Amino acid sequence: MGEVRFGQAINLALDESLENDPSVVVFGEDIARPGGPFGVTRGLQAKYGELRVRDTPISEATLVSAAVGAAMSGLKPVVEIMFMDFITLAMDGLVNQAAKARFMFGGQCSVPMVLRTPHGGGLNAGPQHSQCLEAWCAHIPGLKVVVPSNPADAYGLLKAAIADPDPVIFVENKALYAAKGPMEDAPGPLEIGQAHIARPGTDVTVVTYGATVKTALRSAGSLSESGIELEVIDLRSIQPWDEATVLASLSRTHRLIILHEAVTAFGTGAEIAARMADVGFDELDAPIVRVGAPFMPVPFAASLESQYLPDADDLIAAVHKVLA
Amino acid sequence: MTSNSQKRLLGFYERMLLVRECELKLSALFADGEVPGFIHLSVGQEAVAIGVMDALNDSDTIASNHRGHGHAIAKGVDLDSFFLEIMGKQEGICGGRGGSMHVADMSVGMLGANGIVGAGIPLAVGSALAHQVHNMQNIAVAFFGDGALAEGVLHESFNLASLWKLPILFVCENNGWSEFSPTSMQFVAEVRDLATAFKMPSRQVDGNDVSAVADVTAEIVSTIRSNGGPQVLECTTRRVHGHYEGDPQQYRDADELASVSDYDPIVLCEEVLQKMKTAGRDIAAIRTRVADRVSAATDAGRAGTLPSFGHLLADVYTPARGA
Ligand SMILES: Cc1ncc(C[n+]2csc(CCOP(=O)(O)OP(=O)(O)O)c2C)c(N)n1
Ligand SMILES: [Mg+2]
Repeated sequence: MGEVRFGQAINLALDESLENDPSVVVFGEDIARPGGPFGVTRGLQAKYGELRVRDTPISEATLVSAAVGAAMSGLKPVVEIMFMDFITLAMDGLVNQAAKARFMFGGQCSVPMVLRTPHGGGLNAGPQHSQCLEAWCAHIPGLKVVVPSNPADAYGLLKAAIADPDPVIFVENKALYAAKGPMEDAPGPLEIGQAHIARPGTDVTVVTYGATVKTALRSAGSLSESGIELEVIDLRSIQPWDEATVLASLSRTHRLIILHEAVTAFGTGAEIAARMADVGFDELDAPIVRVGAPFMPVPFAASLESQYLPDADDLIAAVHKVLA
Repeated sequence: MTSNSQKRLLGFYERMLLVRECELKLSALFADGEVPGFIHLSVGQEAVAIGVMDALNDSDTIASNHRGHGHAIAKGVDLDSFFLEIMGKQEGICGGRGGSMHVADMSVGMLGANGIVGAGIPLAVGSALAHQVHNMQNIAVAFFGDGALAEGVLHESFNLASLWKLPILFVCENNGWSEFSPTSMQFVAEVRDLATAFKMPSRQVDGNDVSAVADVTAEIVSTIRSNGGPQVLECTTRRVHGHYEGDPQQYRDADELASVSDYDPIVLCEEVLQKMKTAGRDIAAIRTRVADRVSAATDAGRAGTLPSFGHLLADVYTPARGA
């Protein structure tokens, strides 16, 4: 297939899922006729009709809960929430309904739904359109959370998410939509919960996901010139996350950094660090270091946002710290 | 000779009595400590559940609320499994993980009671969407109290259902109370005006008159089934017990509380049956049947085992196929 853009890969996964499974429906605000705020869902309504691909009113709470009710009644809904910041309005549907239905009804039903939503800064979209809230979702028993870093993974993870019997939050970093990457001709789904070693290395393990995988790979390239080899692990999925792959890598490098765009405090990195401090204690030659955003809302001005977002300099400083 | 209308009413009577006796038994079990947590009873409101459900079939779906025992029983949940669940037993319909506020039975289209006020409404909307996509002539019903009228999802759901012409019936069970506050202190609009605003037909019915509820629902449901779009039904009724069992109801006026028995749907039904000259033995036979059924369910509930904790962790997510 050659090179495709991140958004195209998502579109392809949706297209094939709609094609192959009549129970798949796609809905969200401005996703059908207009083709989505980022153009990701373009053409799907024309191809699959108004019954299965729908524009919705601005009613996030009801959209997500309706996806739950639909999933309990035989559909596989893929609902889009325009910005991840807006999941605040849909928390009941996510947390009290989607996540718990299977458990609290004694396994009588599953909730096979996908919530697609973009997170992240880089567009100067300001404090209410830039947040990375995936750790909230990962904290809820019953939800799965995946965050692809490139087009091929976006395709493979979305196919897996739609096929998954449980509710999956599919997080798309806005800065990646235009990114291009290679894709095989007949790619298959990926396995949710399996990390990918994006670059093997011997000195420091960097665990990351989403847009910061690129940051890590770029830093790995430049550090390699000075003889420092990073092993970059792309988690792909943060709930469940691939503890075995991280621990195996830590056992080789003995140094661990977790990098993400989200606020560091109480984040995904905190969970990974705590877990590795427990099961990987004997392997550690240095304290585990987290690199993420400072504890503040995402500021608007371009000059402020660029300082806010964790970048290669932050990561490289952390690498020198764990190697000191 | 029992006429057809008599037979129908006897059926309603038996089903309402079953809900009543189940709940009074649960109340006693709760007082004795055999039911953990807290329970909300629908005593005095049985005609709504029985009347509405008379128009539904097994493949229609309902979403209920915290006062959902009547809805569950009326939809056809197995009574033994229902008691087992509320008593927190392994053999309960939800394996003892849900309890009174989360009774569900997917096999009869009961998508669950709900601990979150208003939350069942958009679930029912989603279920109606599934019916529409599947084009199966089934409908979804959302049961909610007057308290849910002030929840945002109700307004979103009214709009979405109307916009998409979904096969759904919204049933507001207006019992005049939302927890410890009268409806008048919580909500300024009228249900019918709200329905009109969202371009949905609405009906109001005496929710203590089971035949009236059943008749109106049957009309509405046949319209919805033939792609007539969503509708709203407001059933006015009375809450007899406290908000929860053990609620001393000090916030309620003594006269108002004393008057609730004048509206008892089961007593009213029995009066009509008597006017129809129904044989006393027919009514007595129903009472015996119901008492026996409730006592059998109680025995089943007591005989259940306490759930084991061990396997729970493996059931938060759907086990992998073949696992
Ligand atoms: C979102 C939410 N807010 C508050 C509550 C606490 N609560 C439970 S029932 C209830 C009153 C509901 O009144 P209504 O909907 O009229 O139902 P009724 O109890 O009268 O049957 C309240 C406030 C809750 N369970 N969920
Ligand atoms: Mg009420």
